[in-house]
Amino acid sequence: MLDVKEIHKTFNKGTVNEKRALQGLSLHLNDGDFVTVIGGNGAGKSTMLNAIAGLWPVDSGTITIDGVDVTKQPEFKRAKYIGRVFQDPMMGTAANMQIEENLAIASRRGKIPGLSWSSKASQKEQFRDMLAELDLGLEDRLSSKVGLLSGGQRQAVTLLMATMNKPKLLLLDEHTAALDPKTAAKVLELTEKIVERDHLTTLMITHNMRDALRCGNRLIMLYNGQIIIDVAGEEKKNLDVPDLLKMFEKASGSEMVNDRMLLG
Amino acid sequence: MSMSLVTSTLWQGLLWGILALGVYLTYRVLDIADLTVEGSYPLGAAVGVSFIAGGGSPALAVVLAFIAGSVAGIVTGLLHTKLKIPALLAGILTMIGLYSINIRVMGDKSNVSILRMDTIYTFFENFGLNKNESILICGFIFVIVLIGFLYWFFGTEIGAAIRATGCNKQMIRAQGVDTDITIILGLLISNGMVAMAGALIGQSQGFADVGMGTGTIVIGLASVIIGEVLFGTRNFMNWLLAVVGGSIVYRVVIAFVLKMGMNQNDMKLLTAIIVVIALAMPLIKEKISKAKGA
Repeated sequence: MLDVKEIHKTFNKGTVNEKRALQGLSLHLNDGDFVTVIGGNGAGKSTMLNAIAGLWPVDSGTITIDGVDVTKQPEFKRAKYIGRVFQDPMMGTAANMQIEENLAIASRRGKIPGLSWSSKASQKEQFRDMLAELDLGLEDRLSSKVGLLSGGQRQAVTLLMATMNKPKLLLLDEHTAALDPKTAAKVLELTEKIVERDHLTTLMITHNMRDALRCGNRLIMLYNGQIIIDVAGEEKKNLDVPDLLKMFEKASGSEMVNDRMLLG
Repeated sequence: MSMSLVTSTLWQGLLWGILALGVYLTYRVLDIADLTVEGSYPLGAAVGVSFIAGGGSPALAVVLAFIAGSVAGIVTGLLHTKLKIPALLAGILTMIGLYSINIRVMGDKSNVSILRMDTIYTFFENFGLNKNESILICGFIFVIVLIGFLYWFFGTEIGAAIRATGCNKQMIRAQGVDTDITIILGLLISNGMVAMAGALIGQSQGFADVGMGTGTIVIGLASVIIGEVLFGTRNFMNWLLAVVGGSIVYRVVIAFVLKMGMNQNDMKLLTAIIVVIALAMPLIKEKISKAKGA
């Protein structure tokens, strides 16, 4: 489904702030893979997701989604294939617009907007059902402005928007990190439910190693812009956090010193 | 106040209300302070009045003004989106460029006059109305049609995409919309309307002048903010009506202070002060509520 080959990305090239964020990273995802992504700060997790989403062009390498080479496509064109949820709950929705308007826009993801009425009466029922499934009491608030919702509610709506058209690829960039533990658990539970139900090919960055081990069928760890650990299936199931730390030390030759990753 | 002063204040409010709607589109919907307005307003007047001076139809003159203003908006949009020039500066650059273009449009003169020629308002005068009443009726029709158009357009898929662009570019790009295009479209419609206001006001006063754009952005902003404060922002239709209402209130205030003997030359200063107070209002309110809470 996703084929990333040898991508490189260096920020601020030729300056004192030069940062070689991705150094020949390759990754292949099969249809329906649910991959959790871990790694320390600056390891290149978000950079990898942003490269796939197309926020900027990569320096070299290719990115193919479902057989289509999207390497040269701008972000808005790739959106046809990709659903995204960001770390910041404010980023995935338009705060000044109604829940219904946000959902209506998401229901057309990747299509060129036309001159027909945006909020169609025929979609209302469908939206209501989808919101009811979130179990957050949003089904009766279709005409509320999204800006009035809590961070967790907004993130749940963003998740709904990212997945409602069954994207070829779902990118989750620490989408529960900014939420309180209870809400985070709820959003993660929703994520697993939707990903499983719709059989979505997913990349999920998380700082929480236990979540990374528990969710999905495959786990990758990034270090210095490269994938240093890649475990799947039974091997992943049998891992625990100490195992993962040992693997990291062996693969990277350094000690894991990120408290957030250990405690999370 | 005499009846003619009332009608002329009202029609000024309506015609400038069209400009205020244009400013509202960029300032509130797109979240851009677009200074192109200061050039596209006199551009509309120059195009509209010169066309009539050359024997053209007054109605067609308004259409041409809209097109000219749209092009000005596209230029600012391209400078901003394709050349990555900050929106404020992009608008200023277009505005400065338009100064020369406006003089060219008026035949290498700084003004052009159509004092005794037919205008779009002459049509209504044929029904036995005086000039003030004709402009009032005509302005009213234009405002109603434009508000209807805006309400429809910004409810469509494209319109929703433009509104989302002004609110959260990241979000709408992730939904597959090219924000360069939505920004350019927004600037196009805004400046088209501003130029249209220029053509209508130019025809009402019987001339266009290259200097008539100075301060239009501030007048537009004043109208938007006054309207929001007095008439509310409950929904899009309410907001559109409020902006025109704000423009009318602004003209009433102006008429009033002039009647009280204020120097005409101090008007721009007064307008600037009104906008500063209105813009500072949220901060002042916050400070007051904090002081009360402490």
